[in-house]
Amino acid sequence: MPEPTNTETPPAVSVRELDKTFGQTRALDKLTMTVRTGEVHGFLGPNGAGKSTTIRVLLGLLKADAGRVSVLGGDPWRDAVALHRRLAYVPGDVSLWPNLTGGEAIDLFARLRGGFDRRRRDELCERFDLDPGKKGRTYSKGNRQKVAIIAALASDVELLVLDEPTAGLDPLMESVFAEHIREAKAAGTTVLLSSHTLAQVEALCERISIIRQGRIVESGTLDELRHLTRTTVTAETARPASGVDALPGVHDLVVTNGKVQFDVDGEHLDTVIGHLHGLGIRSLVSQPPTLEQLFMRHYGEDLATTGNGGS
Amino acid sequence: MATITARAPTAERGGSDRRPLAGVGVLARFALRRDRIRIPAWIAGLTLGSVVNLVSFDDLYPTEADRQAVAETMNTPAGLAMTGPAEYLRDYTAGAMMGHQLLGFTTLLAALMSVLMLVRHTRAEEESGRAELVRATVVGRHAHMAAALAAVVATNLVLAVVLAGALAGTGGTGVTATGSLLYGLAHAAVGIVFAGIAAVTVQITEHSRGASGMGLAAIAVAYALRAAGDIGEGRLSWLSPIGWAQATRVYVDDRWWPLLVAAAAAVALVAAGVLLSTRRDVGAGLRRPRQGRGDASVALGRPIGLAVRLHRGLLIGFAAALALLGTMYGSILSEVEDMLAGVEMLEEALAEMGGASIVESFVSMVMVVLAILASVYVVLAALRPRAEESDGRAEPVLATAVSRARWLASHVVVGMLGGVVVLAAAGLGLGLAGALSLRDSTVLTDAMGAALAYAPALWLTGGLAVALFGLAPRLATLTWVVPVYGFVVSYLGQMLQFPEWMNNLSPFGHVPDLPAEELAVLPLLLLTAIAAGLTLLGLSAFRQRDLRTDH
Repeated sequence: MPEPTNTETPPAVSVRELDKTFGQTRALDKLTMTVRTGEVHGFLGPNGAGKSTTIRVLLGLLKADAGRVSVLGGDPWRDAVALHRRLAYVPGDVSLWPNLTGGEAIDLFARLRGGFDRRRRDELCERFDLDPGKKGRTYSKGNRQKVAIIAALASDVELLVLDEPTAGLDPLMESVFAEHIREAKAAGTTVLLSSHTLAQVEALCERISIIRQGRIVESGTLDELRHLTRTTVTAETARPASGVDALPGVHDLVVTNGKVQFDVDGEHLDTVIGHLHGLGIRSLVSQPPTLEQLFMRHYGEDLATTGNGGS
Repeated sequence: MATITARAPTAERGGSDRRPLAGVGVLARFALRRDRIRIPAWIAGLTLGSVVNLVSFDDLYPTEADRQAVAETMNTPAGLAMTGPAEYLRDYTAGAMMGHQLLGFTTLLAALMSVLMLVRHTRAEEESGRAELVRATVVGRHAHMAAALAAVVATNLVLAVVLAGALAGTGGTGVTATGSLLYGLAHAAVGIVFAGIAAVTVQITEHSRGASGMGLAAIAVAYALRAAGDIGEGRLSWLSPIGWAQATRVYVDDRWWPLLVAAAAAVALVAAGVLLSTRRDVGAGLRRPRQGRGDASVALGRPIGLAVRLHRGLLIGFAAALALLGTMYGSILSEVEDMLAGVEMLEEALAEMGGASIVESFVSMVMVVLAILASVYVVLAALRPRAEESDGRAEPVLATAVSRARWLASHVVVGMLGGVVVLAAAGLGLGLAGALSLRDSTVLTDAMGAALAYAPALWLTGGLAVALFGLAPRLATLTWVVPVYGFVVSYLGQMLQFPEWMNNLSPFGHVPDLPAEELAVLPLLLLTAIAAGLTLLGLSAFRQRDLRTDH
């Protein structure tokens, strides 16, 4: 995979060997990740893996124990106020003031960030179907989420930091959200998007980082990650598919009346297909791994180790 | 409770099942089970408090002459406003004192218990969405309300019996078994009437806080009406459920019929509540939630504007309450000399202050209490940043271009200046009413000076909260120790003669007792300096620590 052309531009977010502990719990463990300027970067991981902690360090809300962190070229702890003018944040669980209306909260956030486009804000309220005149205590979770999203999108910023922004939104609103993220990207905005909705990440993000137990375990473009992992192959061959299980990189082989199905590591795909060719291919279906499979591979190992440890 | 049969709801009656009370027994027992700690706590607290008072009345005033002397000091407008109708004074036994001095207060607590309990089992359930789950089963449309009422009524009747038994058992002067039963039932009557009032308020608003608030306001109005009635000709007292309880003249005449008035009112209120409930949907209120403005005013674009907005309601409430309280004390200044002449303990306390007139001393004493109440506001305001932080509302604000110091300072400024506003309101109320009562305009300046002298003590209290918030946010609530300790030492200490060092531990102990004492500037400057130091410490510590959100 060739590197993108903008290697000279400094990255929007750069984290090197970041440590953060809370009492006995090690939340982040030498975490290293990069978000390039102008990209939409997916940030994936199971609950409690350290996504929100990482984001809070990037916002200067938490202080790093060790490591180097740079956001838009500045130190998020020392230069918090100056950096916050250039970025907008949507928390995963938005709390609003019970007696302020949604519209008041949107204006407040946007003004505290340093001004906003009034027309764009009204437009966003309409697109997201939010009644800005209702008091905070009467909003559902989805509507509170919309308030933060609108406040973030109405500001003219260089970086959007979004921590599971669409949790609680209906599919219709999710698609409105996706549309605006694409718009933001087209305008050159960098987006760090933490999400559980893998389809959304697959559709929006160019590069992703997967975090597990406070470390980044995988990072790159979706294609790169696919290359690293297994492809599922289903084939029907003229002669019985013997010897496939002996090939390197083949896993989970199943043979049923002349059909063969197995997973193969990306690097061995060529050899395996060559072998099948020798057997006379009648039909061949090859499925690249979905993001869900990528994700489950890391997550699943977690579950497996926990299970084994218990038995 | 025993009269309610818990028949298991069945579906066999099919479409013809229109029982509006289906499932009430199960729900009522469930409500009692959920409150299995709260209910005994309320009953024990009210009973214990009443018994202790009864015993101490007999200890303090052992002879008939002692009691009649107290009766005379009570027979002033101020005395009657704070206690009950003058009829009790005719035969002022320990029992009569209970009916006169305590009944108004404890029935108010029974009303509070009933309102909170009824709202908890009706509107709060609807607001949380749990009622919807329950209503989807075989449960009648009025079952929730009926179950909550049954639980509250049962609680009040148990309170009545326990209270009656405990009081009759102590055997104070004038305390008869019949009278004790009437005394207990008077509490139940007030409690049940207010349960009826709450049965109406929960229909009006969608929010349990609003419903409780309206109930509490009704209690306050009831107390004010009886106070006004007891000073005047007594007519206004008849508009108040608390007035009905006191109209029994328990332990003096033992009149039972006022309880019938209460019973009739309770039935009418419950009927009104049930009728109103048929005109709304589950989860909805009769009053539509008000639509607010869709955009923010110009003021709400800066941290200080946000802080003012968040503190506004509490500040106005405290300022109004303290102005009212000050006015109440101020309006009785002209009677103060007569009123205090008979109370030996107070006279001794006043004499120790030396050289001051009785009115000046009274103003000083009242002002300590008002200042400590004002410090309650300052503590609440200074702890607000902690609530904002742990509830997750500080995080998105601090993720904008607002520095930690600016955010915290905006709350601190509003809290500290707000405290001065509350003090000024108290001083203004006391001073204006006092000046009118005594026809002496110097009272106003004296009272204002006395009030504002407490500002440094309030700042120190707030500064402590800020320091704790910065250094150890989880310990910030410890700030409450200051007003509580201040109250014990400054108020009770005046009569109980605590050693001087105990007084010195309280910031309020260092404020000169104006106008009884001379103004001493040095202690005020020191208090202010310590307050500033604590505040700066808190600000700098907050900038160095992690933001701690509880979710």
